[in-house]
Order: sequence, then C-alpha cells, then structure tokens
Amino acid sequence: MIWFAVGLIVIAAVAWGFRFAGQAATRQAPYFRDMPFGVAYGYILAVVALVWLVWAYVQGHSADPLVANKFFFLRIAVEGFIICATVAWLFRLAGRSIGTAWSRKMFRAMPLTAAFGILMILIYAFVAIFAPWLAPYGQEQIIPGVAANIVPGGDPALGGDPAFPFGTDQIGRDILSRLIYGAQNTVGIAFATTLLAFFLGGTFGFLAATLGGWLDQVLSRAVDVLMAIPSLIFALLLMTIASVWAPRVGIPLTVFMVLIIAVIDSTRVFRLARAVGQNIVVMDYIEAAKLRGEGMGYLVFKEILPNATAPLLAEFGLRFCFVFLTIAALSFLGVGIQPPLADWGTMVRDLGSFVNYAQFAPLAATAPLLAAGAIAMLTVAVNFVVDWMLQRSSGLKE
Amino acid sequence: MGSVLKIILQRLALGILTLLIVSVVIFGAVNLLPGDFAESILGQGATPEAVASIRRDLGLDQPLITRYFDWLGGVVQGDLGTSFAQANFASFTGTTSGATTVAAQIAPRFANTMFLAAVTAVIAVPFAIILGVLAALYRNSVFDRAANIFTLTSISSPEFFLAYILILFLAVLNPIFPSLSNIYSGMAFSERLEKSMLPALVLTLVVTAHMMRMTRAAIINLLASPYIEMARLKGLSPMRVIVRHALPNALAPIINVIAINLAYLITGVVVVEVVFVYPGIGQLFVDSVKIRDIPVVQACCLIFAAAYILLNLTADIMSILSNPRMRHPK
Amino acid sequence: MTETLLKMRGVKLEGRSDEVWTPIINGVDLTLAKGEVLGLIGESGAGKSTLGLAAMGYTRDGVRISGGSVEFDGIDLLTASAAVKRGLLGKRIAYVAQSAAASFNPAHKLIDQHVEGPVQHHVMSRAESMADGIELYAKLRLPDPESIGFRYPHQVSGGQLQRAMTAMAMSCRPDLIIFDEPTTALDVTTQIEVLAAIRDIVEQFNTAAIYITHDLAVVAQMADRIKVLLRGDEVETADTRTMLAAPTQEYTKSLWAVRSFQRPVKPSVSTGAVPVVSLQKVDAAYGKVPVLHDISFDMHEGRTVAVVGESGSGKSTAARCITGLLPPSDGQILLDGQVLPPDYRKRSKDQLRQVQMIYQMADTALNPRMSIGQIIARPVHFYLGLTGSAKRKRVHQLLEQIELEPSEYYNRLPSELSGGQKQRIGIARALAAEPKFIICDEVTSALDQLVAEGILRLLAKLQDDLKLTYMFITHDLATVRAIADEVVVMKDGHVVEQGPKDTMFKPPHDPYTELLLSSVPEMDPDWLTNLLAERGVDNIGDAALDKM
Repeated sequence: MIWFAVGLIVIAAVAWGFRFAGQAATRQAPYFRDMPFGVAYGYILAVVALVWLVWAYVQGHSADPLVANKFFFLRIAVEGFIICATVAWLFRLAGRSIGTAWSRKMFRAMPLTAAFGILMILIYAFVAIFAPWLAPYGQEQIIPGVAANIVPGGDPALGGDPAFPFGTDQIGRDILSRLIYGAQNTVGIAFATTLLAFFLGGTFGFLAATLGGWLDQVLSRAVDVLMAIPSLIFALLLMTIASVWAPRVGIPLTVFMVLIIAVIDSTRVFRLARAVGQNIVVMDYIEAAKLRGEGMGYLVFKEILPNATAPLLAEFGLRFCFVFLTIAALSFLGVGIQPPLADWGTMVRDLGSFVNYAQFAPLAATAPLLAAGAIAMLTVAVNFVVDWMLQRSSGLKE
Repeated sequence: MGSVLKIILQRLALGILTLLIVSVVIFGAVNLLPGDFAESILGQGATPEAVASIRRDLGLDQPLITRYFDWLGGVVQGDLGTSFAQANFASFTGTTSGATTVAAQIAPRFANTMFLAAVTAVIAVPFAIILGVLAALYRNSVFDRAANIFTLTSISSPEFFLAYILILFLAVLNPIFPSLSNIYSGMAFSERLEKSMLPALVLTLVVTAHMMRMTRAAIINLLASPYIEMARLKGLSPMRVIVRHALPNALAPIINVIAINLAYLITGVVVVEVVFVYPGIGQLFVDSVKIRDIPVVQACCLIFAAAYILLNLTADIMSILSNPRMRHPK
Repeated sequence: MTETLLKMRGVKLEGRSDEVWTPIINGVDLTLAKGEVLGLIGESGAGKSTLGLAAMGYTRDGVRISGGSVEFDGIDLLTASAAVKRGLLGKRIAYVAQSAAASFNPAHKLIDQHVEGPVQHHVMSRAESMADGIELYAKLRLPDPESIGFRYPHQVSGGQLQRAMTAMAMSCRPDLIIFDEPTTALDVTTQIEVLAAIRDIVEQFNTAAIYITHDLAVVAQMADRIKVLLRGDEVETADTRTMLAAPTQEYTKSLWAVRSFQRPVKPSVSTGAVPVVSLQKVDAAYGKVPVLHDISFDMHEGRTVAVVGESGSGKSTAARCITGLLPPSDGQILLDGQVLPPDYRKRSKDQLRQVQMIYQMADTALNPRMSIGQIIARPVHFYLGLTGSAKRKRVHQLLEQIELEPSEYYNRLPSELSGGQKQRIGIARALAAEPKFIICDEVTSALDQLVAEGILRLLAKLQDDLKLTYMFITHDLATVRAIADEVVVMKDGHVVEQGPKDTMFKPPHDPYTELLLSSVPEMDPDWLTNLLAERGVDNIGDAALDKM
C-alpha cells in the first residue's frame, strides 16, 4: 500500500518533469504550455502501464515454470489481443479492396473494432451452421472406451489425454465437441428468441404508435408493469413455474424458456418501436400520406417501416446480446438450456472448478474460461458493430 | 412549491400502485400452476392425509382471492409466509420452530446482500462518475477510446466470465482475496469486507462500465448546451464553468444514472452470489427456484421488484427536485 | 484616422464532417474601429456565425482556425495563452447569442448570471454590479427592472431574455460585442423592441459591435458598415448607405432585388362567385384549450389569400381545420359550396384530392427513403389511377413544371437535393393530385431569400397556368406584399382584419394591423429612427400590445 502511494507520487514528479521538458524543448508551444497537469499525469501513467505489460509478457516466457504459469494468462491475453487486432486489420484491408463499391466505401470508414466485430460474427455463424462437420464427436455421444472426467489440457501427468485436448465430462462426452455444438445451441436459441421478441414487441409497438388512443394506453401501462420487475428475476420466477408445467404438457423446458424470455424482452422492444414509430408518425410526410387518404397498410409498410430499420437493426443487436446473456446466466444457474443439449453457460458451471488448477496446469484452467469467453466474445463483437452503427447514424443527423 | 409536492405525491402513489399490480402478477403467475404444491412437494407416493395436512398448514384449501389478501396482509406486516421446504420438514418432525417462516430465512441474507451492494456502490459510484466526466472532457482522445473499448467489453461479458477472470488473477495466481465468500453473522467487519471483495469487484466492473458510459453521454450532452458556451465566452475559468454551470444541471442526469445502475445491481447480484457462494438473497432465490419452494421464490421476487421500483422512483423524484423549472414555477 | 480595435487578416476556418476537414471561411479580412458597428450578412451556411466567434478567438467543437490572424487591440488572439484570452472574453469582448432562452443557465437567476462576469474579472463588486445591472435593465426598457433580475430564465419571455442578455454582455462595459442573430427567433413586434434597445445602448456606451444577421432590413438599421459573405468568401464591404444605394457586386444586387418581386393586382372578385374554399364561423380547440374563435373568410378561384399573424395567432390551426386534421368544434368549411365533412377520414377521395398542402420544412415533408420519382408518382397513381409509362410520363411532366430536369432528378433521394429543390418536390407532389386548392404553410420561411423568391415566382406562374387557389400562411409581410391578392390578419385566434391587399396596406388600419405593419423593418437606414420618433419608444412591441 505504501509502495503504491510512493509510486503514484513518483509518477506525479515524472509527469511534472515531462511537461516542463516539453515546454522547454518546444519553446512554449501552445500544446505543452496549455497542457493541464492531469493530462501529463495520464501520459506517464499510460507509459508505466505499458512498460509493466511488456515486463509481464516477457515473464510469461520465463524458464521457471512457476513464473511462466503465473504470467501464462497475461501472455495469452496480450498475444490474443495482438492477433485479434491484426486479423481485424487484415479483414478490413480485404474489405476495402474486394467487393462492391458500396461495401468498399463502408469498410473505408469503419473503425477497427467494428471490423473485428463483423469478422467474429461471421466466424460464429460459420461454426454454428457447420458444427456437425467441425466437431470430432457428437454432442450427446458418450465415446466408447474412453474414461469420463479426463482433465482438460491434454497433460497425462494430471489426468489428461492428448486425444481430448479439452478433456471429457462426467459421463465421458468430448468437451471440445460440446463447445462447438454450443455455438449452434446457445447462439441459435438466443437468435430465435430475439426474433420472436422483435416480432411481438415490434408489431405491438408500431400498432401503439400509429393507432394511439386506448390501445396505446393499455399496452403501455401493461408494459410498464412488466418492466417494473427486473428481467432476470422475472425470468427465474416464470422458469420455476414452467419447470412444473413442462413435464405435464410434454413440451421441453427449453421451449418454455424461449417463450418466457421472448415475452419479457419484447417489452423493451415495444418501448423502442413505439418511440421510433411516434417520432416518424409526427413527420409531415406521414401527415401528407394520411391526408391523401392512404390506408393503414401503406402507411406502416411504405412510410413508417423503411424509416425505422436503422434504429431497429441497432436495437436488434443490443437485444440479441441481452437475450444471449440472460440465457447464458439462466443456464449457468442451472435452469436454462437443458441437457443433453450442449450449452456454454452450463459448461462454465460444470467446468468452473478447473480455474483452481491455474497455478500448475494453466491449460486445464482455460477450459471453463473458453466457454465463458466464447459467450463474451460474441456479445463484445455484436456490441462493437452496434456501437459503430449508432455512432454513424448519430453522426449523420448532425 | 405546492405543485412540486403534488407531482411527487402522484409519483409515489403511482409507485405504490405499480408495486401492488406487480404483487398481483407475481401471486397470479405462481397460482396459475397446475395441480397442487402439496403433491409436488411430497411426491407421488404421498398419502392423501399428509397432502391434506400440508394443504391445511399452508392454507392452500382457501379460495385464490382470500389467499392473495392473506398473503398481502402478511407481507405488509413483514410475514412472508411459510417456506415449503421448511414446512415439509416440520410436518415430518412434527415441530414448528420459528425458523420455518420465509421472513426468518430471508432477513439475514437480505442484510448480507445489502452489505455487498453497499460495498459495490461505495467503490463504483465515485469511480464511474469521475471516469465518465474525464472521458466526456477528453472525448475522442486516446483515453476516451480505450475507455470505450474497455467498458463495451465489460458490459458484454457475462458476470460469471468476469468473476472467473478475477478469481483466476486475484485468488488463484495471486492469492490476494479469497475466492469463496462464506461470510456468517458475527464476523469482524474487516474480515467480512475482505471476503466480500471479489464479488463486489465483479459487480463494480459491470456497474462501473454502464455508469461511466451513461455519465459520459449525459455530460457530453450537457457540455454541448449553449449556456456552457456562453459561460466560456464570459471568460470564466474551466473549473468555474464545470462547478457553477455544468454541475447544477448535471445533477439530475447523474442521479438518474446512479439509480438505474443500482437497480441493475439487483439482477447482477444473483449470478455473482452463486459464483462466490455468497449467502445473500440472490443465492437463496436461485436455490428456491431449483427446489420450487414457491413462498420463498414469491417473497424474493417481491423484494427484488420492490427495490427496483423504489430505486427508479427515487431517481424520478430526485430529477424532479433538481429541475429549476420545477422548483421555481412561473 | 480612427483607432483600430479588431483586425482579422486572411482568416481561414475549417469544419469537420465525417473525419474530413472542409473549408467554411476561405480567408476573410475584417477591420473594426473603436465604437463602430459592422453588419455581417449572408445566407445560411455562409459561415457568418463561425466568423463572428473566430473574432473572439473561439471555435466550436469540430471547427478549427487553419490560417490567418486575429488581433484585438494589439493582442494576437490565436497565439495568446488560454489565461490571456479568458481575461479578454466577457471583460472586453462580449457575446450575445441567437437563442437567449438556451444561453442562460436554467439553474441560476438572471442577476446572478449578470454579476458573474464583473465579479470574476474583478471589474466591480457584487453589490456594485447588481446595482449597475438594474440600471442597465432600466436602460434596455425591461419591465420591472428592480425585480426582473431575480427571476429564473424560464420565467421571462423571449424578447425580455434577449435584452437581459444584452445587459449581461454590457456588464463589464466591453469594447466589442458580437451579436449573433439576436432577433431571428423573435416575432416582428418583439424584434423591433429589442432592436431599438440594442441600438440605444451600443450608441450610449460607444461600444463597437459586429452584428450578424441574414436580414438586410435589420442590418440597415443597426450597422455603420456592412460586409456581405457568400459561401465563406467576402463579396463586398461598404458603408451602409452606400451599399444600400449602390451595391457594386452582382450577388449583392440580386439580394436587394428580391424585395422588388411584385405581382400585378388582379381585378376584384365578381360578386356572387362561389368561393373555392369558405370558412364559416369556425371555432376550434386543442383538447379544452380554444385556439380559433369564429373564423370566417373566403378564398376564390385563381387567387392567393395570405393569412398573416405572429406565432400563436392560430393561422396554422386554421389550415389544420381545412385539411380535416383538426375537426372544428363549431362552424363549417365549404369546398365549392359543398359542406366538407369535418374529419378528413370521412371525406371522399375526390374531396381529399382537391385540397393539397405544401409544408414549411421540406426535410420532414418528404419520405427520406423514397426517390423523387416515387414521391411524385404516388398521388398520380393513387388519385388518377395512372400506371406504367403513363404514370412515368406524368411525373416527368410535373418535374418539368417545377423546373427540375426529369432525367436527372427522377431517381434521386430527397437527401441529395438542396432546400429549395426539396420545396419544389413538395410543390410537385401537391400538383400531382391536380387540386383546386393548395395550402402553403410558411413555405419560404426556412429558405434563403434568393431561393425563396424563386419558389414564390414558381407558385405565381403555376397559379396563372392552372387557375390554382392558394391559402398562403406566413408571418413575413414582405412575402405577403409580393404574392397576396387578399390578406387575412389573425391574432390570438381571431380574425382582426381582412380585405384586398391594396386596401390592407393603406391606412386606416386596425391598431394591431397598424402595429404589425409598422414593425416590419424596411431597407431605409433611417426607418427605425423615424419610426421611434413617430410612435415613441413606449408605443412599440409588447408595450403597444399591452395597451390594446
């Protein structure tokens, strides 16, 4: 604690010196002259952090396995960051030179984060669609002649097996295959749920915006009440009830989950669709169309919807992330996607304890992190793209 | 001042009404269930006498409306009913100890959760607001862009991912904090704080990210307003522009941001408590969901909803109070 | 030789859009002597506000000074340190913004914001400055100068706020004040009050000023010298009287000429002719708030009826009653002598076709996702049932009628057109229905003068060709003079006066019409002086309205 404080003070001294040197060297150039001390401090702090990161990265390659293990994850993180950035950069470069004039123009104005996001979404889609061909085993396949509970990491000394780099679960299913199938199940179910939520929320939202009156009042008040209950809590409550219903009516619990989350989430979509719709409905061109005597269908499909696609698309991305995270959380808590379907949230819970192996078997500890990271990576990717889309549309307005 | 009071009373009444309707929704949803819980608790092999006795004990033989008002009346007096799991246990042993009530089960855990939320808020709120204001002041700088990527990543990650990352770095590789938060009553404050640190940090990460982005947006919006430009053109120092001209108007949006994010904590707390085996209300909720202990689920749900509504209501009222147009009507 | 206060040389300004810096001002020189008032005029997008701020050494976000020098009283503002600049701003250079309502901090009282400058710059103590503020309020003829400062901005009207802001700018007795379109957002009767107050106080303290506006008549009253800007370049600079009497540049001449557009007077309507549209004792209300009281007037074929009034007079509401968007609570509306159903949903397709509308904001009146061809083709198809090549031919014909090259514009989106072109598309869409009657709701008020004149000429030509009847809603009396045959003056939901144009513009008038007419600035630099001498400072603006 003392060293920490001393460090901060030393940084402050260096920052002061840095600014002073800058002023002297550039003969009071306005940039250094008007530089607040906080900015100088920030620069030095960033340099210190960068130096530490390089030091830690070098430690990750240390000959001493204990030290190397300790910095293994930092090393992976740094390498992963560099690889991701490079790949995204190459992808954007490719996008700028290949494709139609429209797509090339789009890639030219795209930040690296958005390029990374698009690439990741494409990869996830590919894995999800071709999971059966990519996975070495089936998701429910209990591989004959192979022991259960093989420790991930493929290190025989710790109870691993190089043939199963991610190990096997408690009844002997290949974890790698289940990870790959997880893309299909988790992403697919989340996607379907989001579509359903949009269909429900969008339809009612636009109806409320265009028709107004008592329908708008009733729907809005109902949505207000539903939104007064935190969504994860409400989902858990309804899942409890569904878990009693499901066996009686013979419908899998997962279907109930899709319906429940779609309904809960559609309230958020409703709000947005209604707001977007109302903004468009007050436009003069809608008034002109109304005064022309146009019918409801023409108004909604020709005049309103085409102007609502941009905000709705961005919202679709955000909603998908939200649904995806909710499903993952439910599965992690044990009430989401039900076995034998392979699913990332459930896998994190089952493999979680391997994190404690990190000190002596870093590879074993990566297994739960990979499943959780797979969830995070997709939502990060979608968020990057949505962030870019929102920034672009807000920039156009100015 | 009269009109402001009227508006605030209206909001309060609306909040209470919402809470009432929510209680109906929760109660109604639970009682839509097929069959009877007495059966589902005791299983297929239960004797009719045992089922009937449990039904009587739990008041399940009453009509729905009566049961709702009984339940609501109890809730108002702090009686949240009898836990099925405990009742089941009691009916076998023939004892009725005080610990069978839901309230007795929830009370200590509720205190624990409030402790966790408080620790999180104490770290996250000042941190997020300072960072958010900095990002707004230096927008489009390297710092702002880095903060943007960092917060987006943090928001996008599921809570359990952040939790395992922190466990990995702060508990396993560098044993600074314990990875299990087995706190109990009578524990010393410092030890309690140490054990709650990791879950609090995970929640901080998530909440800070949200709060910082919202603060940044609010401040940028504010700094773009003509009266800030006017203040600068009057030759006021940057500090005075911020303190005298930006801050009084930033209060409402910032309070709003804080309230929304504390409300968000409510959801986040469930997963985090499960990861760290923290004995809070979130974990109790999840456990009860799994064993279908309906009275407990119902009570937890109501508590979460009440906290959520209360926070949003606070934000609403605070922003009314901090609006000069409201405070000084024409 | 008078002493130079501000010297700008070759100032270049750039603005950022889509990560690219594009020029806004391409090297403008500006010199201002002590106590001199310079009028800076130009159309929207000419860069006059940006230049005005640059004179203070200040740029908004996304704008930068890329060249030239700005020297204020010997101090180079572009290289001065932030602290030196802060010492000048507010103290020696002050700023009056366009929207006073947005530029006052809503959280503080007016007087607290007033004294902030003098106290922070150590010019006066708080008490001194407060007393001085009250004096300034009185000089600017604000009502209740003793107490008005203790109100919050939202408790004070727009015209009063603008004067309070001028007082605030004066609080340190600066050498220079930049007025950035201070009266643009105000009604004419309020504007004149503010203009008179600003002119007085600037004269009294011998303050130099840069007065930025797009209104020639306003600048003629306020400035000693006028500088004309066009798309970031200076067109010409001259003394106000010289410039008004003999502009040398083509562009300046064309600006002057706009006001001369006038249509020949049409013969009066024959008695007994059935009006195309007739309002008979129309009352209307938004919810429970009444907005129209007993409105009656007729509109005859081939003629233009200008409905004039300030904001809140009910002129647009009258239009909403005619279109059927707001069914009247009492009275009726006749089309060709037939009673129209009050609600547009109850009207027949043919009735809807006969009444068309052109909107003020062409931006929101055209669906941004539809091409020009689609927008115009829709009514052609909807009302007249034309399809395929016949429809296309008709759209081409309409585009030719509004003087846009069909092959070039047919496939464009509204966002690819200029403001004036968009307004023309709005006209074409109305024409496509082949109506008898068109409501023009402030169609030129969002446009620059030259463009607006083009639209007015087009509307006049179309009227002659197609025997159209216009209801022309406007607050601008110059437009009324140019295009109207009949005039209806409205105030607070009542018709104050109506009649043919030539009688309406001649006395005797109703007192309100008189006030309205006299408040419209004229190009004569002595107009304001003469008017004040004639009416007295206490008989203009709100003061005069209060007496009615």
